[in-house]
Amino acid sequence: MATKKLVEIAKTIRSKNAGVDKITFDIIFPDLASYHLVRESGAITRETMAKLLGISQNRITDFVAFDPACAIKFTILRERPSGSAGDPDIFGAQQYGPLLDLEVPV
Amino acid sequence: MKSLKIICPNGHLGFAPLKVESFRLGVAARPDYIAADSGSDDVGPVPLGSDTSTSPEAWQRHDLEQMLLAAREIGVPMIIGSSGDTGSNSRVDRYVEMIRDIAREHRLAPFTLGTFYSEVSHDTVRDRIRTGDTVEGLDGRGPLTEAELDATDHIVAMAGVHPFRHLLERGADVIIGGRSSDSAIFAAAALHHGFPESQAYYLGKVLECASFCAEPYGAKETVLGEVSHDAVEVTAMHPGQRCTIASVAGHAMYERSNPFHEFVAGGMLDMSHCHYAQVAEKTTRVTGARFVPAPQIRVKLEGAGKVGERFVGIAGIRDPYTIAHVDEVIAWARAQVRERFGDTGYELHYNVFGRDGIMGAMEPLRDRPGHELCIVVQGVAPTAEMAEEVAMTGTRQLFYARLPAVKGTAGGVSFLLDEVMRASPAYTWTVNHTMRVDDGLTPFPTHIERVGE
Repeated sequence: MATKKLVEIAKTIRSKNAGVDKITFDIIFPDLASYHLVRESGAITRETMAKLLGISQNRITDFVAFDPACAIKFTILRERPSGSAGDPDIFGAQQYGPLLDLEVPV
Repeated sequence: MKSLKIICPNGHLGFAPLKVESFRLGVAARPDYIAADSGSDDVGPVPLGSDTSTSPEAWQRHDLEQMLLAAREIGVPMIIGSSGDTGSNSRVDRYVEMIRDIAREHRLAPFTLGTFYSEVSHDTVRDRIRTGDTVEGLDGRGPLTEAELDATDHIVAMAGVHPFRHLLERGADVIIGGRSSDSAIFAAAALHHGFPESQAYYLGKVLECASFCAEPYGAKETVLGEVSHDAVEVTAMHPGQRCTIASVAGHAMYERSNPFHEFVAGGMLDMSHCHYAQVAEKTTRVTGARFVPAPQIRVKLEGAGKVGERFVGIAGIRDPYTIAHVDEVIAWARAQVRERFGDTGYELHYNVFGRDGIMGAMEPLRDRPGHELCIVVQGVAPTAEMAEEVAMTGTRQLFYARLPAVKGTAGGVSFLLDEVMRASPAYTWTVNHTMRVDDGLTPFPTHIERVGE
């Protein structure tokens, strides 16, 4: 089956703190067609995201499709609160990298 | 009053300066209020724990000056929440001094300044814990314990609209607030003029991060929100930016775990039935927001505590064999620290950039390291002397790691500096909880004074 990388489809892919104990990921699409394409492809689910990041599914606290913004959003619990010694990403702003190369069946 | 206009020039005043051009366009649009939040827990636990700001005072002053001069020029209130990154009492005091200085410097006509504090004493929180009035944990944390409280240096409560409304009712022209929900700053103004909670809180939600609700991306630009009894309209002031359905809806989910619900002291903004419409080139109109009052007022508490003094070392690796065995190199250095200091009483952290320095265990490519690595070492201990030695041992012993087949026997890593550097002490977020309060005003003592008389 033909695939495309998520980076070629999505308009915005980002991560950011949601409070001090969580990091939230936003994947925003340019239009409803690409949003529905990715949603229906099954490439982005609780299961696939947990697998991509090597975490257990219970660390994913929220997973929502947000139609008004053509967006898929999920949130994970951090291993330790933001900015504790050893945390390399106080803002949680560079955790989305692996999402860019995600292969989406098209 | 049919509608009320508020401009917001900065989503985190002081963290980077507001852009003057779009701010002046916003002022020219004749808003009824000029408001911004100046805090965030994004900056980590160090500023709150050590009672400092991470934003340079020059930038804080720049924005306060722009906003104060504009507000007095057009005769409308100016509202600031979460002063100085953390909203602690010392940060409020510092902003008040800056406001007085700016007023004096520019010989502004007298005005009324309202302030409130947000710090909560350990005794208040301890009393709740001891009387069984549980201080509930957020985001998977359990109820707050006395041990966690004892490990905390500073605690702030997150104000809702209550202290802002109280100060507006008492005639404040300028409000400098302690820690607050960013949406409450704007909502308070709308509620003060009789607009419904649903629209008032949505107005706050959309304005709080200034131009983050506009596109194309460009921070620190002014946006204008106009609230009426059944809708909120938001307009980008920068000539090159627009508020679109996508940008405004997209902002609803920014920095939030859930795009549908926003919790504040006293209730919850429900955005799950919001409808977005592009009503002009740069303006999006939002209807359908709802506000659900809470049966009991709980305020969010933020607290940070010191873990220890901290030193940082840096080392690089180019040898492919050493890169392949970097975990053994680190294990060697850790063992040397353990030999000197034992297993506990300090922290030693390694971040291996070029492999998994940013994502740690979540990095899918951690088995494919780059051709060179940078190792950042952090030593944390009760005293500076010990932290320095922990970091120094943990860094320098990387140089002496014993790998069986290494060709380069003159030194296992490269050093930019043959020293370790003193960093800010290590702090951690000890409190991320909520506490019941009798009303939304009591935890936030207010004060009114005249400036310039």
